Amino acid sequence: MDKKEQFYQRLEQRGVSRRDFMRYCTFLTATMGLSASFVPKVAEVFAAPKQRPPVIWLNFGECTGCTEAMLRTVYPYADELVLEILSVEYHETIMAAAGHQAEEQLQAALKKHSGKFICVAEGAIPTKYNGGYGRIGGRTFLEIAQEVIPQAAATICIGTCASFGGIQAAKPNPGGYMGVGQALKMKTINIPGCPPNPVNLVGTIVNYLLLGKLPAVDDMGRPLFAYGKTIHDQCPRRSHFENEEFVEEFGSKEAALGYCLYKMGCRGPETYNNCPVAKFNDGTSWPVEAGHPCIGCSEPDFWDKMTPFYKEF
Amino acid sequence: MGKRIIVDPITRIEGHLRIEVEIEGGQVVDAWSSAQMFRGIEMILKGRDPRDAHHFVQRSCGVCTYVHSIASVRAVDDAFKVKIPKNARLIRNMLHGAQYLHDHLVHFYHLHALDWVDVVSALSADPQKTAALADSVSGADVGGAAYFKSVQARLKTFVDSGQLGPFSNAYWGHPAYKLPPEANLMACAHYIEALRLQARTARLHAIFGGKNPHPQSLVVGGVTCQASLTADQIAEFIYITKETQDFVKKVYLPDVLAVASFYKDWGSIGGTQNFLAYGDFPQTEKEPESLYLPRGVVMKRNLAGVGMVDPAKITEDVTRSWYENGSPKHPYEGETKPLAEDPKYEPNKGKYSWIKAPRYDGASCEVGPLARVLVAYGKGHQDIKPLVDKALTQLSIPATALFSTLGRTAARCIETVAVGDALQEWTMELVENIKSGDTKTYEPYEIPDSGRGMGLNDVPRGALGHWIDVKDKKINNYQYVVPSTWNLSPRDGKNQRSPVEEALIGTPVADPKQPLEILRTVHSFDPCIACAVHVIDPQSNQTYKVNVI
Repeated sequence: MDKKEQFYQRLEQRGVSRRDFMRYCTFLTATMGLSASFVPKVAEVFAAPKQRPPVIWLNFGECTGCTEAMLRTVYPYADELVLEILSVEYHETIMAAAGHQAEEQLQAALKKHSGKFICVAEGAIPTKYNGGYGRIGGRTFLEIAQEVIPQAAATICIGTCASFGGIQAAKPNPGGYMGVGQALKMKTINIPGCPPNPVNLVGTIVNYLLLGKLPAVDDMGRPLFAYGKTIHDQCPRRSHFENEEFVEEFGSKEAALGYCLYKMGCRGPETYNNCPVAKFNDGTSWPVEAGHPCIGCSEPDFWDKMTPFYKEF
Repeated sequence: MGKRIIVDPITRIEGHLRIEVEIEGGQVVDAWSSAQMFRGIEMILKGRDPRDAHHFVQRSCGVCTYVHSIASVRAVDDAFKVKIPKNARLIRNMLHGAQYLHDHLVHFYHLHALDWVDVVSALSADPQKTAALADSVSGADVGGAAYFKSVQARLKTFVDSGQLGPFSNAYWGHPAYKLPPEANLMACAHYIEALRLQARTARLHAIFGGKNPHPQSLVVGGVTCQASLTADQIAEFIYITKETQDFVKKVYLPDVLAVASFYKDWGSIGGTQNFLAYGDFPQTEKEPESLYLPRGVVMKRNLAGVGMVDPAKITEDVTRSWYENGSPKHPYEGETKPLAEDPKYEPNKGKYSWIKAPRYDGASCEVGPLARVLVAYGKGHQDIKPLVDKALTQLSIPATALFSTLGRTAARCIETVAVGDALQEWTMELVENIKSGDTKTYEPYEIPDSGRGMGLNDVPRGALGHWIDVKDKKINNYQYVVPSTWNLSPRDGKNQRSPVEEALIGTPVADPKQPLEILRTVHSFDPCIACAVHVIDPQSNQTYKVNVI
């Protein structure tokens, strides 16, 4: 049985039909901003990858929420990403080896795949005090980033911390934390969000595997397919905004009716992301649907620029 | 002096942890635990709107997501003197219960199992015998020879590709692995099943919290998700809870007991002396009386004498931590002064970690599932005591074996069973309350000019306390003492070891170059280091007290 048939058989064992799977590929293709003719090719990337491209995932100053977000992916499930689609050469949260064996594994992967691997960076890099606020195996995050990232074929920053510095870079930024691109003075692909939707990382990687290049980005390195429009412009509560139907207190009748959260401090109008369309956790929901204003978590410096959160902008 | 080895990075945890041990005669004789990153969230919180705090502190950790958010809103509710409505209490408990289910499943299968399970050995298993084994120990819905054969084929294709990814350069074939190939294959299959299930379990947070990680529906005064309290969404919540709890009972618990039966020697390795639980899941407005997981302290392993927690006895010490020494202060007035330099790692006599050393009544205390289960067991908890007794009987081991690495890992599973059942009851209580016409989810409040609040919680990794001091409607000070700070701290001014440092002593190490046995005990604590390094109240050699307002 070829790889593709094995893949479909596995899906069916899990109660997922080919039709469900193709529907997901259509969704992902549309999310990526590609025409419908790409749908079979997207399916191909999941079902029968020609080779498993090496990935080195680095964790810096962060909370591991982006890794956790990635583990929530479905179609492909995380086990398929790890066993059949990618070759995750280094990822501290999931790898079996530790200590010296982990460090050796990183060095071996760099030697073998230099210039060919995708680097996914999670977390910000402290730059004050010689980078001394963050170390792995005795080396600072900065030293590790400087060694690994220039050797990558492409570097994708997952989450607002790696993209722009994130929470630890909020004032007064005790460790001198910076986004990876800023710390290394280079351009990176940025998938911000706190955490980001895994669909947007999968879309970026699939784009790379499919077309051999990274997707088009805005001037902050964010893929346009995901970050091209504001939350506000895609919000299902938009008509309430137009009709001036606002929530003015949590727990109110207006809140129960799902009115617009603008006056409660919603940052949807300033925030570029596809949350209302892609939604989180297999399309289950997103913060505004749960009655809470958007806090603008995919924008640079949102911890300073968007706060206080509960105040009308 | 024995041979010193350093394991850094400790993988399969949250955060950046270094463990150094000294080995003599094939055993650990001393140990040092060091956190390797500092971010400084308390410093960042100063001067901000107290209502925003829960968003900030939730970013302490994305693995134990939600827990800092609830701890924070509880502390601010307390400072603002807000009494949240019944529905809000139930929904907060439900989301918290969901976090227990998710967190403990992921910990056992994805962060801990590979310390006990040899993936390579699974390749030589007989699928037929594996199916028979699985049928004998578990009631898993998915199984049979064909199933295990396909899992094995999948692993084989993976290994034959030569791209071992996260399984590269590990400890396969190490003499400390004791499971037969069939048990290894069964556990590998369940590793994959659990990886898929956890993505569904996380939807419990998305249903009433918008997303996971970092759900976003808690606010000071209650919850925001009242528009999501529809019949179909509650039904989905019930369905996924049941689906997860089914796996917990039919697969997770049987797997833990099956694996434990091959590692009974670990019932006398890795123990500590003192245990602290704040307890959690208030079932009425009354705390701590109504907490489903009870509050209490067990000193010197005395299960017959569970004491009540007095938060005034919590002290902290930074003698061996990378903070400036300063005069003792109450945590509400504490300052945050990390050393403004590249810190030197000096485990022998100097400072060696970003974690502080919290102590209870001057003693180092373990927190987490084992502490909670011991407190509940000592108090004769109606659900937890029978579960513990049953497990002990099944394994034919005495209650003293609970004080160990094995006990810690088993306790985590046992409380998952209890919380998963209780979670379903809370959901039905919510349904009944809504049916009775009470749809209130939020209590309006005025922000006081000043006030102080405390939130004591018990979250998957252990006792978690948040303290806030509000002045001019702004955060004047914010402190939190988190589970991994208790468990993974460095030594204190009296040179007392932390629980993990103590637990490692006596751990056998077959091959100092392959730290497998060290990982077992370290992982049994489920370390979360990004959380742990936020507790920053720089003190001198002296300690300070936390007063309850």
